[in-house]
Amino acid sequence: MAKYKIVHYINQFFGGIGGEEKADFEPEVREEKIGPGLALAQGLGEDYDIVATVICGDNYFGENLDKATDIIVDMVKKYEPDVFVAGPAFNAGRYGVACGTICKAVEERLGIPVLTGMYEENPGADMFKKDIITVQTGNSAATLRKSLPKIVNLVKKMATGEEILGPSIEGYLERGIRVNYFAEERGATRGMDMLIKKMAGEPFETDLPMPKFDRVPPAEPIKDIKHAKLAVVTSGGIVPQGNPDHIESSNATKFGFYTLEGMEKMSADDYMTIHGGYDRQFVLQDPNLVVPLDVLRKLEKEGEFGELLNYFGTTTGTGTATGSAAKFGDEIGKRFIEEKVDGVLLVST
Amino acid sequence: MVKGIEKYGIPVVHLATVVPISKTIGANRIIPAIGIPYPLGDPTQSDEDSYKIREKLVKRALKALQTPVSEQTVFEKDF
Repeated sequence: MAKYKIVHYINQFFGGIGGEEKADFEPEVREEKIGPGLALAQGLGEDYDIVATVICGDNYFGENLDKATDIIVDMVKKYEPDVFVAGPAFNAGRYGVACGTICKAVEERLGIPVLTGMYEENPGADMFKKDIITVQTGNSAATLRKSLPKIVNLVKKMATGEEILGPSIEGYLERGIRVNYFAEERGATRGMDMLIKKMAGEPFETDLPMPKFDRVPPAEPIKDIKHAKLAVVTSGGIVPQGNPDHIESSNATKFGFYTLEGMEKMSADDYMTIHGGYDRQFVLQDPNLVVPLDVLRKLEKEGEFGELLNYFGTTTGTGTATGSAAKFGDEIGKRFIEEKVDGVLLVST
Repeated sequence: MVKGIEKYGIPVVHLATVVPISKTIGANRIIPAIGIPYPLGDPTQSDEDSYKIREKLVKRALKALQTPVSEQTVFEKDF
């Protein structure tokens, strides 16, 4: 008898129910291995048994997210599996989101180790790769054979509790988790080795990959500056004295909007900086060094531009996650669209 | 934040001291600022001179906002 039990989740297509026309197929359990489950079972060998396969239509899942999740978690629970596997979904978007959602729910609610597989550009990958182990696959089912050994290896490790190594070694998508370890060479030696390889044009692996940043195409310039409404935003941590909203001095989780109404310049009596990443002495004396209100008021009076939005947006830039910053930017941008702002000066320290 | 705002089609000029960071995060209109603890001005000079520096940078920012760009552009000098 097999030692370890697996429950496998697949969509209507891989379950052999049908294509798009069957995408509203409601969750169903079959106590057998189906489709990719056959190959998986073969790879896992005799000690493992796929005791049940849950099949659910991609549209049904997408349209009934909470209900479908509840139903499927209950189905999985009944079998008390050692590992839950969903997909792989390759580059099928709805399937990927379903696999990610159900894996996360099974792990959280049942405490069972979970695993899925996706192509890195599957929208489900971006949504869930931080939460769950997502084996990197090609973009179509034709690549199953290639990704299967990675899935098999990880399922075995999860079932037996063996340590799972880093993403590049095991072949899953990077989760942004750092694990301490003792390197054989000290940092200076590793750095020199990398530098020499880099100079020789050879491939090398950095200790600290930089996050990937998206790009936004440049916005159209302001056509009529004389009537333009401008706004100021800063990451320099300028806040009213006493920091009423408790914006953090590092790794900020929020931003604030504060008034500029009736003010000719930024007064050190009213404003301060709570930024934890630079010497604050100058800005504490003169916040105009970061929010250039004195100059903007003068130029506004002289008619160099239309008007200044009567409040500014602010947060602390130091140590702040790019994800948080993107969220702040999005919220500020939305607000500025409502305010009909034509251009923004964003000052960073 | 720059991109979060600019994606709504509002041009953003990033006045930033560390230009490589500004480039990395993807600002499209960049003006190099004076120093990390005093981006817009120079408190080591007289108040008047510090103000003049700030005015120069803000005026350049207004021009940058009126300038069409097709890629990341650093506005190093007044124009």
